[in-house]
Amino acid sequence: MTRRDALPGDPIRHHVLSVLVENRSGVLSRVANLFARRGYNIVSLAVAPTEDEGFSRITVVVDVESAPLEQIVKQLDKLINVIEISELDPRWSVERELLLVTVSATPEVRGQVVELAQIFEGRILAVTHDELTLSLEGHPTKVDDFEEMLRPFGIREIQRTGRVALPRLGAQRGPASATASVPPEAHAADIA
Amino acid sequence: MDMNGGQALIRALEMEGTEVMFGLPGGAILPVYDPVLDSTIRHILVRHEQGAGHMAEGYAHATGRPGVAMVTSGPGATNIVTPLADAYMDSIPMVCITGQVPRAAIGTDAFQECDITGITQAVTKHNFLVTSADEIPLVIRQAFHLATTGRPGPVLVDIPKDIVDPTNPASATGWDWPTDAEVEASLPGYHPATTGDPEAIERAAELILAAERPVLYVGGGILKARAAEALRELAELTQIRVVTTLMARGAFPDGHDLCLGMPGMHGNYTAVTSMQRSDLLIALGARFDDRVTGKVAGFAPEAKIIHADIDAAELGKVRRPDVPIHGDCRLIIEDLVAALRRRLSAGATTPDRGPWNSQISGWQERYPLAYEPPAEGDQLKPQMVLEHLRDSVPEDTILASGVGQHQMWASQYWRFQHPYTWINSGGLGTMGFSVPAAIGAKVGRPDRMVWAVDGDGCFQMTAQELVTASAERIPVKVAILNNAYLGMVRQWQEMFYEERYSEVYLSPDLPDYVKWAESMGCVGIRVESPEEIQPAIDKANDIDDRPVVVEFRTDSREKVFPMVAAGTTNDEIQVPPFQAGHGVQTGEGGH
Ligand SMILES: Cc1ncc(C[n+]2csc(CCOP(=O)(O)OP(=O)(O)O)c2C)c(N)n1
Repeated sequence: MTRRDALPGDPIRHHVLSVLVENRSGVLSRVANLFARRGYNIVSLAVAPTEDEGFSRITVVVDVESAPLEQIVKQLDKLINVIEISELDPRWSVERELLLVTVSATPEVRGQVVELAQIFEGRILAVTHDELTLSLEGHPTKVDDFEEMLRPFGIREIQRTGRVALPRLGAQRGPASATASVPPEAHAADIA
Repeated sequence: MDMNGGQALIRALEMEGTEVMFGLPGGAILPVYDPVLDSTIRHILVRHEQGAGHMAEGYAHATGRPGVAMVTSGPGATNIVTPLADAYMDSIPMVCITGQVPRAAIGTDAFQECDITGITQAVTKHNFLVTSADEIPLVIRQAFHLATTGRPGPVLVDIPKDIVDPTNPASATGWDWPTDAEVEASLPGYHPATTGDPEAIERAAELILAAERPVLYVGGGILKARAAEALRELAELTQIRVVTTLMARGAFPDGHDLCLGMPGMHGNYTAVTSMQRSDLLIALGARFDDRVTGKVAGFAPEAKIIHADIDAAELGKVRRPDVPIHGDCRLIIEDLVAALRRRLSAGATTPDRGPWNSQISGWQERYPLAYEPPAEGDQLKPQMVLEHLRDSVPEDTILASGVGQHQMWASQYWRFQHPYTWINSGGLGTMGFSVPAAIGAKVGRPDRMVWAVDGDGCFQMTAQELVTASAERIPVKVAILNNAYLGMVRQWQEMFYEERYSEVYLSPDLPDYVKWAESMGCVGIRVESPEEIQPAIDKANDIDDRPVVVEFRTDSREKVFPMVAAGTTNDEIQVPPFQAGHGVQTGEGGH
């Protein structure tokens, strides 16, 4: 995963797709297989039932240029169990991710780790004499930064959920691959 | 009405209008085979499940109705994967029922268990694992709906044994036949396209009227959309020339003045070159297959593209269209004809297409499809055999073919005058397709003469289905073009591998095709010299009470021309050596 921010002119490679599917066995594998078949890497994938338990929403982040993405989206759309696909432009959406991490924290450095957790508004879930388990929920870049800051202390184990996303209030769910140009004029403030 | 799942399944197939099914029983599907005895559906017992699949395909090709196959779990199911993949590539409507081990055993590596829904995910339009007897009627309705609407394709329904086995309480069910509305509501993500966007159709009409060198590029989708008549109206109204791809042979009559025949890797010079020089390709139900485009970067460089297809994913998959039209081809063509008529009666004109038409006639004159006549003592020329056959059968004869040189010659040298008279494996290129496909076609159209043209290699893959044909009294006729080689591969080795023939020799007389045919209950005839060709064909045509196999011993050195070598552009089309030297580029592939 690249750490630097995208520069103007960089081809957009990370795309966030929000895929509404029927909540049935086998659907996730059909969706995942379409990406696998073309050799495209799924960066992260999160899936859970929606407000209507007949449907699930899959948020998938893929590493692919726009043109092949259009083809994947059309192929996804052909899956009988897929109801709707939209691409979420990061500028128009609210994105969150959860991280759980266990870091080395001997008594000499424990204070520093705790302080970092406080700055990032993470939580301490468990402590032993030389380890801490922390959680952090936030924008994926914030989670990236936190992970980076913890690295020097020694990460024993880490698990991230992959991002989940919804359109911002006031933003429309764009059809996937529509060339998103202008963010919505007015949108509710992204609190938190 | 109380019944068990097996009865409900057969009842559901009857309700869907199934008149015939192709299959072979086994443990997991046994309970469903019992009610077959009491059903109106004719069941044809195959000798290998691959045969059942291709028969269902042949039936669907010839009739337009979905082909139905039923097999057992495990090896029965895996044996039918090839036909499913074949049907998927060529958009053939097909419903395949597979037995599955009882629900409680799924995932335990039970005897003859395999994850057939997992295996066939990538080669079916959709598949189902049914989990209760009550679901059976709905799933069968969904399967037929999916197989036959939108872009047609194969649908597999996997049925665990316990929900169809009357000795198991889980198989007890009532009978509830879902309405159309219920079926549609049960598939919330499925909305097959219908009419095309009127604005796109107007833009298409505008481009068509402005084009100087337009070509109608017609694919198999035209046949799936039952749009042959509409196509003819469009072509005649606009006087635009038509190429019919391998999958679309017969969609436009070969005898029509506007017909240019088949484009592609082994297309005729004029069809290939007129597409290549065109300024407007009107692609209808075609998918810019690599065998048609050659090297994509050099394909029809000056052409604008109108692309109409029922499958949105085809629009822009290979070549970005100037006017994409998503919808049913028949409806799109009808709307396009109306739009063109409106414009024409409002005084719209078209540019002078005289120069283009004379260019086309020039190509047709200089580079007709042709082969060198045999020298004294040569073996039979396969093309000559096909010409004799073509001229000796009724015009509406159905021709099925295998895969290889014989397939290309059949497509080139036949004269297709009617839709649904040509059945072949275009997308997957499945050797062994022709014999079972011809049987399926004959079952669907018993009124028609059905010939299979096969290679000796192909024939050896599925010939045993002639036992099925004899037993079931399905009088198909098979012409084996026996060149003693895997001919198409031999051709590539000759042309591109310095004549290093690796594993392509089969032998002319092992097996003895006549004896083999006779042992399968067929009449077997061998033809070795030109004088024997016509009498053998006449004899075969006269036999109508059993299958006939005619083995033609053909010249193994014969190659399919023209040819656009893989990786080259259509500009580099190679005509047969005796036609070269007219200022034609013969390409670099070399002979
Ligand atoms: C199942 C399968 N295996 C291999 C191939 C590759 N292949 C394409 S054409 C061909 C040769 C076919 O030989 P034959 O049936 O004798 O026909 P011919 O080309 O000689 O007319 C082969 C091996 C294929 N298309 N299908």
